[in-house]
Amino acid sequence: MPVTLETFPLALRDWLCAFLPQEFHWLLSGLLVIIAILTVFGLGFAFITVAERKFLGRFQNRIGPNRVGPFGLLQPFADAVKALTKEDIVPATADKLPHFLAPCVIVSGALLCFAVLPYGRHLVPADLDAGLLYFFAAGAFTELAVFMAGWSSHNKFSLLAGIRALAQLVSYELPLLLATLPAVMAARSLNLQTIVGSQSPAAGLKAGFLPNWHLFSPWGAAGFLIFLIAAIAESNRSPFDLPEGESEIIAGHLTEYSGFKYALFFMGEYFGLIALSGFCATLFLGGWQAPYAALEVIPSWVWFGLKVAALIFTFIWIRATFLRLRMDQLMRFSWKFLLPLALINLGTAAFWLLTAHWQGAWWIALRWFAAAALVIAPYSILGRRLFRGLGARTYEYAPNN
Amino acid sequence: MNLDPLHLCLLLSAALFCAGLAGVLSRSGAIFALLGIELMLNAANLNFAAFWRHGQAAAPDPILFVLFSIAVAAAEAAVGLALVIAFYRHRRTSRLPAASRLKG
Amino acid sequence: MIPPPLPVLAAIAAAALLTAALAMMLRNLIHSALLLVLTWVFVAFFYLWAGAPFLAFAQVVVYVGAISMVVLFAVLLTRRHDPAKPTRPASLARACSALAVSGGAFAVLAWAVLQWRPVPGNPPPAEPSVATLGAALAGPQLHALLITGVILTATLIGAALIASPVEKPDSSQ
Repeated sequence: MPVTLETFPLALRDWLCAFLPQEFHWLLSGLLVIIAILTVFGLGFAFITVAERKFLGRFQNRIGPNRVGPFGLLQPFADAVKALTKEDIVPATADKLPHFLAPCVIVSGALLCFAVLPYGRHLVPADLDAGLLYFFAAGAFTELAVFMAGWSSHNKFSLLAGIRALAQLVSYELPLLLATLPAVMAARSLNLQTIVGSQSPAAGLKAGFLPNWHLFSPWGAAGFLIFLIAAIAESNRSPFDLPEGESEIIAGHLTEYSGFKYALFFMGEYFGLIALSGFCATLFLGGWQAPYAALEVIPSWVWFGLKVAALIFTFIWIRATFLRLRMDQLMRFSWKFLLPLALINLGTAAFWLLTAHWQGAWWIALRWFAAAALVIAPYSILGRRLFRGLGARTYEYAPNN
Repeated sequence: MNLDPLHLCLLLSAALFCAGLAGVLSRSGAIFALLGIELMLNAANLNFAAFWRHGQAAAPDPILFVLFSIAVAAAEAAVGLALVIAFYRHRRTSRLPAASRLKG
Repeated sequence: MIPPPLPVLAAIAAAALLTAALAMMLRNLIHSALLLVLTWVFVAFFYLWAGAPFLAFAQVVVYVGAISMVVLFAVLLTRRHDPAKPTRPASLARACSALAVSGGAFAVLAWAVLQWRPVPGNPPPAEPSVATLGAALAGPQLHALLITGVILTATLIGAALIASPVEKPDSSQ
């Protein structure tokens, strides 16, 4: 294999492996993958926190951190020093072992998710047959960690956060999982590399000019939006940050955490966010594929990074834009809106895949029209039902126009 | 005597089953009994996987059986805990001896 | 390179048994539930050891992701005053008899297991790919899959109906 930018990470690994005898190659290459993931995503986490604070500053018409280093870029390292040197306070009545284990579980669960994501044409740490299922299995530990933190703190607010987190994460796990299934149906595989391969530009462009990503089909667009909403809820971010809810239950499960453990929770949440973004890019945005074959001069892992960065920017944007939901709204939104839409989307995807052989302009137009109607009609009907009986908001002490 | 891996698997499954059984028999909390039953179900699933690994079955049928069993266990947990919650709403307790009367 | 399977199996078995026994002995219901989650994870490790990764992931998704959540939720909903209130065995005599019964059951099972002599059989089956499992589910086992789906839907609706508050006839009117 010639060393190009595309295969550069592999070449680096092989070069390092050559220093050791043959028997230890599997060990060293495994360790190198782990070190690479920890370094890349550790730094990614650090700079996403800066980016988030800078962008939130811009969205709110202020400057954001700009004191530490050029443009405030060294802020995360200052934050790390601060978190490490702070006192670690454990409440006297806390359940010590779960209280200690919760931050470890959340970080390790999020890190496990990184093992199956295909980062590039040749870069996939564990090319599992059932990669999609593995991702959800590794993600299942987040909910447990939040509950452990909330319950073991022995604090009313934390316990409320634990209950809220359980209810929220269980409800949004369903639409999240159901939204990914159409991509599995299209690829006929649970292997993430195969799912990426089913969106390759070599198979032709969608509607003549769009990249051949699932996002640009009616079911893919709907699935992408459902996945995005459920992913925000799964990673406890605004507008679904009820378990934290710093203005109502004082940061909930984080109330009794300080110092490094608090930082670990943040690390776990951001790792989860990055992993979900990568997963979303893999399923709906063509993974590491370039949009057009002509753009394949840029290595595949750069494309993957760009897509993840774009998704994370979207998450930050959403955080700056929307207000926090109420608990009943949150549950109703998941069970009465997202879940039926995700189920109907399965039918839309089945229709789309069964009509793949339709030829001729009229038939293709009919296919697009029917699939789009299958997406939009339930959306408008369910959306109307969701807001039924709610008029324009009125305020007691403010004049109504 | 020499221990086959299959022996070890079956002993593990038997021990897990008996741990669950002891838990179910010794407590009177409804949720605890459900936990014990889940553990016993898991022990039974272990047997399927063990026999598939070491037996003569070439087809993946035992694996499918375990998959169905896991699905049914999930259904059982959901219904069982719903019953516990409904019972708690009537009696303000979730202990099984309080459930000796049929009339609500 | 890959460690021999038997010590790995022994380690998994010891860990699963230890967590299960502790979970059944602890008095705090939440501690028991959390420890039992660990047992379920070790059972998933056993499936990995047996060469059925699909099963292992399904086990973790269903047990750690769903069942444990429902159990913990039920614990919090039904112990209003103090979730950490210990649940004791009903009585010492009952605990002893439970131990005796399960010990007896284990003795019988272990005796039966140890009676059995391994027959030199086929080599262990190949790891089934997800495609094989899918083909079996969509082919010969299709009706089982459909029936499971119907059961799950029925239990979901049933559980929601059972757990939803009973609308009492309004006495104020």
